Amino acid sequence: MPDLGIEVLFKGTNMLRLLQGLWVAMRISLISIAVSIPLGIIVGALMTVKNMAVKAVSKVYLEVIRIMPQLVLLFLVYFGTTRAMGINLSGELASIIVFVLWGTAEMGDLVRGALISIPKHQYESSQALGLTKSQTYLYIIIPQTLRRLLPLSINLITRMIKTTSLVLMIGVVEMLKVAQQIIEANRMSSPNAAFGVFLVVFVLYFLACWPISMLARYLEKKWS
Amino acid sequence: MNWEFIIKYLPLYQRAAILTVKIGVIGIVFAVLVGLVCAAVQYYKIPVARQITAVYIELSRNTPLLVQLFFLYYGFPKIGVRLSAEVCGVVGLAFLGGSYMAEAFRSGLEAVDDVQKESAFSLGLNSRQILGYVILPQALSTSVPALVANIIFLLKETSVFSAISLMDLMFTAKDLIGLYYKTTESLFLLVVFYLLILLPVSIVGTLLERRLRYAGFGD
Repeated sequence: MPDLGIEVLFKGTNMLRLLQGLWVAMRISLISIAVSIPLGIIVGALMTVKNMAVKAVSKVYLEVIRIMPQLVLLFLVYFGTTRAMGINLSGELASIIVFVLWGTAEMGDLVRGALISIPKHQYESSQALGLTKSQTYLYIIIPQTLRRLLPLSINLITRMIKTTSLVLMIGVVEMLKVAQQIIEANRMSSPNAAFGVFLVVFVLYFLACWPISMLARYLEKKWS
Repeated sequence: MNWEFIIKYLPLYQRAAILTVKIGVIGIVFAVLVGLVCAAVQYYKIPVARQITAVYIELSRNTPLLVQLFFLYYGFPKIGVRLSAEVCGVVGLAFLGGSYMAEAFRSGLEAVDDVQKESAFSLGLNSRQILGYVILPQALSTSVPALVANIIFLLKETSVFSAISLMDLMFTAKDLIGLYYKTTESLFLLVVFYLLILLPVSIVGTLLERRLRYAGFGD
């Protein structure tokens, strides 16, 4: 059995630092998702209204954000705002801004998809039954939309967590950065640490995302 | 905006874009192959191989590409597997994309009703004919939207290759920002080149989806 350098993580507070790095990534994604879910619901609802101007604006926003790689968006906000407006954003704030913009676009698309997937006869039947407009939404449309939406938005959370690994590239000290620091600091005593430490990072990311994916799949099966 | 600077460094971006596209395309081709194999294994319920692909799909879908690349590029040499950055990029993309492609093919295969197979069988088609003429055409056209979405997703993911020091678009932009402090111009070129790569794929994908909707049966 070759030396894989996992023991490095048991020196001092290394493991704790790694977990703190994971927490930084989780914090960014949880804040972003908490903001983008309500915003996304608004954008998604706006996309289904009949007003052409509102529809066009939200469509352009959605397409522009979704076609760009998230890393490009991070660069634009992190380096671009400093240059263009002279504002000095911290890496963490820049990433929250980007992930809120991106999450809102993704969530908006999911909400739009769920809303238009409700067949027209649902509206018509509830009207025929004498339900008012607010009753129709409250008892008929929203419950059905939520069932379709919830598994997908839970999946969006795991995508968000996975994408936060990119914030390393704009200088936020998250798990990967901490892992690099640990490997660098121990390169003399355990030269093989890169394998063990990155393996642990891989496993930790998996453990963070897997239960959430399973929950999404369970709900999807239960409600479909 | 300094246009002289933009013209001067245009070739640099061009080369980076070609590298991005090259690795992206090779990676996506391998991802499709991996996806096909995994979907076939799951569809025919081949024992053992089925469990292995299930584990692989979970591992690949629940970890970020950046972490997979770091593990491949910095971790693997320590156990004696030394891969160049380009190979790492292709392997990483295939590893990540394989599971997404597998899911796309699987959902396409599952969407074909049992009635279709039974009817084909009662018409006297043998199992190879059923697969070739009845199941695959329907399954593939159902999975096209997901395939296009996956291709765009994987092309976007190539942006993280700069982390393993591949000279791609992100790397070039970051380099130029660091060297000359021409942030606006560098970022402008970065966005333009990514649009040049991604917009055509997105437009072709939309057209293809619209065309294939006619191929759908029933509704």
